[in-house]
Amino acid sequence: MSTTLFDKVWDSHVIRKIKDGPDVFFIDRHLIHEVTSPVAFLGLKSRNNTVLYPKRTFATADHNTPTINQHLPVEDPLSANQLKALEENSAEWGIPHWGLGHQKNGIVHVVGPENGITLPGATIVCGDSHTSTHGAFGAIAFGIGTSEVEMVLSSQCIMQPKPKKMRININGELGIGVTPKDAALFIISKLSTSGATGYFVEYAGDVFKNMTMEGRMTVCNLSIEMGARGGMIAPDEKTFEYIKDRLFTPKGDAWDTAMQYWETLKTDEDAVFDKELTFSANDIEPMITYGTNPGMGTGISNNIPNAEDLEGGVATYKKSLNYMGFNEGDTMIGKPVDYVFLGSCTNGRIEDFRAFASIVKGRKKADNITAWLVPGSHIVEAEIKEEGILDIITEAGFQLREPGCSACLAMNDDKVPAGKLAVSTSNRNFEGRQGPGSRTLLASPLVAAATAVTGVVTDPRTLL
Amino acid sequence: MAYDKFEILKSTAVPLPIENVDTDQIIPARFLKATERKGFGDNLFRDWRYNSDNTIKEQFVLNNPIYKGKVLVGGKNFGSGSSREHAAWSVYDYGFRCVVSSFFADIFRGNCLNIGVLPVQVSAEFLDKIYKAIEANPATELEIDLPNQTITLLESGENESFEINDYKKQNMLHGYDDIDYLTKMNEEIQDFASKRPF
Ligand code: SF4
Repeated sequence: MSTTLFDKVWDSHVIRKIKDGPDVFFIDRHLIHEVTSPVAFLGLKSRNNTVLYPKRTFATADHNTPTINQHLPVEDPLSANQLKALEENSAEWGIPHWGLGHQKNGIVHVVGPENGITLPGATIVCGDSHTSTHGAFGAIAFGIGTSEVEMVLSSQCIMQPKPKKMRININGELGIGVTPKDAALFIISKLSTSGATGYFVEYAGDVFKNMTMEGRMTVCNLSIEMGARGGMIAPDEKTFEYIKDRLFTPKGDAWDTAMQYWETLKTDEDAVFDKELTFSANDIEPMITYGTNPGMGTGISNNIPNAEDLEGGVATYKKSLNYMGFNEGDTMIGKPVDYVFLGSCTNGRIEDFRAFASIVKGRKKADNITAWLVPGSHIVEAEIKEEGILDIITEAGFQLREPGCSACLAMNDDKVPAGKLAVSTSNRNFEGRQGPGSRTLLASPLVAAATAVTGVVTDPRTLL
Repeated sequence: MAYDKFEILKSTAVPLPIENVDTDQIIPARFLKATERKGFGDNLFRDWRYNSDNTIKEQFVLNNPIYKGKVLVGGKNFGSGSSREHAAWSVYDYGFRCVVSSFFADIFRGNCLNIGVLPVQVSAEFLDKIYKAIEANPATELEIDLPNQTITLLESGENESFEINDYKKQNMLHGYDDIDYLTKMNEEIQDFASKRPF
């Protein structure tokens, strides 16, 4: 029978099927961080369980960490406490731990791929919904809650019903100034934030085939924002090239054995999906959001839609625009902005910094903009320096911060103040996501850069 | 963490007719700094309940003494966003045992089931009926009958059935969780793990 990529990976990880219930699903790799793991370790202890496979779990500190002066003690006692708990729990159970200041430290979904923890055909979970990022390698990867973190620690399994399958195709070629982030925000604007709930998505078509691994990660990362459990892309030469010789990638014979498996990881030609959608690359322009969920996005040159033109939910729509301080019919271009954030597991990789630099090169940061440029990891930070990007952005008046989640969820000090408007390369524009009362416009690194040098929402194509 | 069994719940309900209520509203990120599961009920819907100076926002439904009960009735796409189980903890710790909506985000629904909050998905029409009934009479009682998988507006007797898979249902009825199940499978798991290519 013809099967999909998703079926192949899923089915090969099912240990037991429960009738009218979930599958007992084996997890190859488990990523943990300081925020969603402490209570799981407490649970483990209170039940007298042990960590079954400590070497299948990897710990990094990211959600809560400061992005300046990481060499100093963390000031916020609650954050410090969570970091300490992660360190102690990892030490107690023999889990590899890359804490604050460690040269491999960074955002969990950036360090996983960088170090070969993320592999094609693997199952990967983490107590963070953007675990979907790892699907870029042809892995099944998704976010889990703390109870499930405890399950994986104690049994290396979780219990999951198998999601339905959706394929999203985009054919053609993305235009100049149109990035993977725009492709993803475009899809979400078409599907809404619940359009893929209950599904696992496979991305296919020229656009994804031609994308870099970084771009694929950005797209898969945002799968969760359309409600999908996760998203994946079939591994190809680019994937194998990327993972080869990384720290935890299998080597020698083990590589050859793994390769035999990896080469089988594609959707059969006549395989059928529960739902299939096809878009054309020509219809995608640089995107920006105007509301309080990632589905409220539009091409940057469009106006904010009128509530009457949308299906249902008028009151919720108006409440959202009211929070943003926008009106139906407003143009987005030219709106004055206060903050620009480049970073997060969506757009905190080297390619994103290259894109940002390509626009700010030879220009200056606008005076009204406070900019936070936060690499996804120390490895990204080192690349930024090696490639001369640091010089370019410094000359343009920007400062590079130290790695972490930062203003993506504003658990540390990087909070956008109430009422201020931020153009952000992260993944969520919920009310208060970037600090209580903050207002967020999600966009690509190019839009962020163009806005950072002009001080207002700007179409990057005018500066390229 | 163990939770109380869920069989039949009869209660008044709190209406929250807003769509796409995301986990950042249910529990804002700055309250995720605990290393223990404590105090989450106090911060449920923190920024909708309180002003930045911690004074109460009187117009928010949780601050309106007319509405109370163990059932929260939310709009479509309830719980979208983050995987934080803290959102489900806040709901439980505040005192809700059941959330009713016409559509739930996946991870939130799973988290609820894992910690003892019953997510009950009803049709958009029935959701509307519930809102109207509560609006007409805030003392309206709902009955959520897990063994029979029904939700009933007690005054009018109008009801609807809801879905839950049998495995999760048994867990809720007995107060068990998945870890109890998985730890009994240890040998089978280790055998499987030993055959993985990586
Ligand atoms: S950058 Fe944001 S989305 Fe990514 S792991 Fe950190 S908090 Fe989660």
